[in-house]
Amino acid sequence: MARTGTPPTALELFGIDGLLSDDELAIRQTVREYCDGKIRPHLADWFEAGSLPARELARELGSLGALGMHLEGYGCAGMSATAYGLACLELEAADSGIRSLVSVQGSLAMYAIWAYGSEEQKQEWLPRMASGEAIGCFGLTEPDHGSNPSGMRTYAKQDGDDWILNGTKMWITNGSIAQVAVVWAATDDGVRGFVVPTDTPGFSAPEIKKKLSLRASVTSELVLDSVRLPASAMLPEATSLRAPLGCLNEARFGIVFGALGAARECLETATAYAREREVFDKPLAGFQLTQEKLANMALELGKGMLLALHLARLKEQHALAPEQVSLGKLNNVREAIRIARECRTILGANGISLEYPVIRHANNLESVLTYEGTSEVHTLVIGQALTGLPAFR
Amino acid sequence: MKIAVLVKQVPDTYGDRRMDPATRTVDRGSADPVIDEINERAVEAALQIKEAGDGVTVTAVTMGPVRAVEALRKALAMGADSAVHICDDTLAGSDAMQTSEVLAAALAGRDFDLVIAGNESTDGRTAAVPAMLAERLGMAQLTFLRTVTVSGGSVSGERMTGNGYVEAQAPLPAVVSVTEQSAEPRFPKFRGIMAAKKKPLQTLTLAELGLPGGEAGGENSWSRVLDVTARPARTAGTVVTDDGTAGTQVAEYLAAAKLI
Repeated sequence: MARTGTPPTALELFGIDGLLSDDELAIRQTVREYCDGKIRPHLADWFEAGSLPARELARELGSLGALGMHLEGYGCAGMSATAYGLACLELEAADSGIRSLVSVQGSLAMYAIWAYGSEEQKQEWLPRMASGEAIGCFGLTEPDHGSNPSGMRTYAKQDGDDWILNGTKMWITNGSIAQVAVVWAATDDGVRGFVVPTDTPGFSAPEIKKKLSLRASVTSELVLDSVRLPASAMLPEATSLRAPLGCLNEARFGIVFGALGAARECLETATAYAREREVFDKPLAGFQLTQEKLANMALELGKGMLLALHLARLKEQHALAPEQVSLGKLNNVREAIRIARECRTILGANGISLEYPVIRHANNLESVLTYEGTSEVHTLVIGQALTGLPAFR
Repeated sequence: MKIAVLVKQVPDTYGDRRMDPATRTVDRGSADPVIDEINERAVEAALQIKEAGDGVTVTAVTMGPVRAVEALRKALAMGADSAVHICDDTLAGSDAMQTSEVLAAALAGRDFDLVIAGNESTDGRTAAVPAMLAERLGMAQLTFLRTVTVSGGSVSGERMTGNGYVEAQAPLPAVVSVTEQSAEPRFPKFRGIMAAKKKPLQTLTLAELGLPGGEAGGENSWSRVLDVTARPARTAGTVVTDDGTAGTQVAEYLAAAKLI
C-alpha cells in the first residue's frame, strides 16, 4: 500500500497481498488482466442483451488454465486452493456470471467426473473440458426440489444393462451450451450420477429467459425424456447424495472468494465516485455519513477476505470441513450483497445504471445468495455444527 | 536461432505518474511498477517466431533495479526460455547512451540472431535505445515494425511511417523494434507462471560485464534533466454548439492545431 498520492484500497489497507505468495499474486494478476482486456469492456452489453459468448470465453479461460484449475492431471492446471479462490475473486469482480461459468465447469461438472468417474470417463471428458473445448453442466436442482434434493423426482430405471432417465432439472448454469451434463437421479438403489452427452436422444436444454440476475450467464432447464444410457455412463464412485453435495462444497468454496470480488468492485467504484462527485461544493467522500459507509464496507470486505484465505489454507491442508465452507459462504455472500446495495446508495441515480458495475453486481448477488445452498440452509448447517441438533425440517 | 527481447519495468500508466522534483527522475512510488506493455508485444513477437520455427530460444533481458526481476518473470511466464537481469546500484539514472552501452555489453558474445525491443518506453520515451544498440552491436536495424517475420537468414516486417507503411527487410543478425500496432500480447497461462520459476535467470553486475563502474549512472550521463515542471492542469475545452456549421468549426480548429 506504499503508493504515494493515491489512498489505499480496502484490501490494501488490510495488507492482504502480504499473505499471498508470488505465484498466487501472478495468477491473480493474469486473471485480472484477462478480465480487464477481454471481459469488462463487454459486460454491460452482455448483461443488457441477456447473452454471453460462453463458448468463446470457455476456450479463452481454458487456454489460461482456469477450468478445473484446482484439479490434478487430465490436462488440469493443478493449482492451489488459494490460487483457485483468487481466480474466482477476479472473475466475479468482473461478473458473477463469468465466475459461475467457471465454477460450474470446474467445481461441479469436472469435479464430479474427476472425483467419482471411471478412468474412461475422465479420459474422455476432462482434457476437453479443461481446454474449454467441451462445456459441462451439473443437474441436481429440480423445479420443486432446491434445498431438499433428496426429494428429487428424476428417476433412472434399469433396462437390461442400460439406464433410462426421466425427469426435469432447473436453474442449470451452462445447460444449453453444454456438450456433457452430469445428471443426478434417484434409482432403486439411492441417488446416482450419470455422465450424459447432450446429443443423446431425449435430452434437451431450453434456456431460461426473463431473468433479472445473472443475465451474463446461460441458465437452462434440462429435460430428460426417456434418455437411454449405457451402464458405462454411471459415475461408479458416486453412490449416494453425498457425492453431489461434495461437488457443491467445491463450488461453494469458490463463491466464498468470488462474492468478495463483486463486493470489491462495488466498493472501489463507489469510493472513486465519492471522491469525484461534489455535493454542496465538496466531495461526497468528505462527508461523515459517506465515510462511515465506506469504513464499514472496507471492514467487512477485509474480514471476509481474511476468512476466505483462512479457509483456503485449511483446504490446502485437507482440513476444511463442509460446515466451515458454510461459514464462508453465508458470511461473504451476505456481506457482499450488503456492500453492493450500500454502494448503490453512494452512486445515487447513477447506481442503477449499467454504466457502472454496481447494480449489476447487486442483482447478480441475489442469485449467489440462494444458489449453492441458501443463506438459510448454511445458517442451519452452522447451527447444527454448534448444537449437534439438526433443524432443517 | 536465438532471440533476445529487451524488457523494461516502468510505472504503470494506469497509475498517477509523477516526477520527483528533488531528483528530477520518475517518482517510482507514485505508481505500481509493471513490465512496459510495448515490451509485452516484443515478447509476443518473439514467441510467435519461436512457435513458427524449430529450435528457437527466447531470452528476456532487462537493466533495472532489483524489482525489475518481476518484469522478467512475466516474460518468462508468457513463454520466454531464460532471462538476464543487469542489476547494479551504480546504473540508476542512466540515459539512453549508457543503457545501450550496458545492454550491448550484455548481449555481445551470446550469438543472438535477433534482438526485439519496443519502439519506445512509456516512461523515458526517447525511442533511441534500439537504434543505438544496433549501432553498438554492428547489427542491422529495423525499427517501428508492426509485423515481424523471420525466414531464411533475414527478418522482415511492415515499418510504420507517417502516412502508411513500407515493407522492410534486413539480414540477420538484426535489432528490430515493434510498435503498439504489433500483435497483442498473450496472457500468461497458469502453467507458464509456475514454470517460470524453474527457468534460468542470470543476474549480472557491471563488473561482471567488464564495464567500468565509474562511467555509469546519472552523474555521468550524456544527457541531464535540468528542470521538471508539472503538467498544467487541464483547462476547459472549447464547446462547439451546432448551428449548422459545427463540422466546419471543428475542422478549422483541428487544422489550426495542425492535427489534420
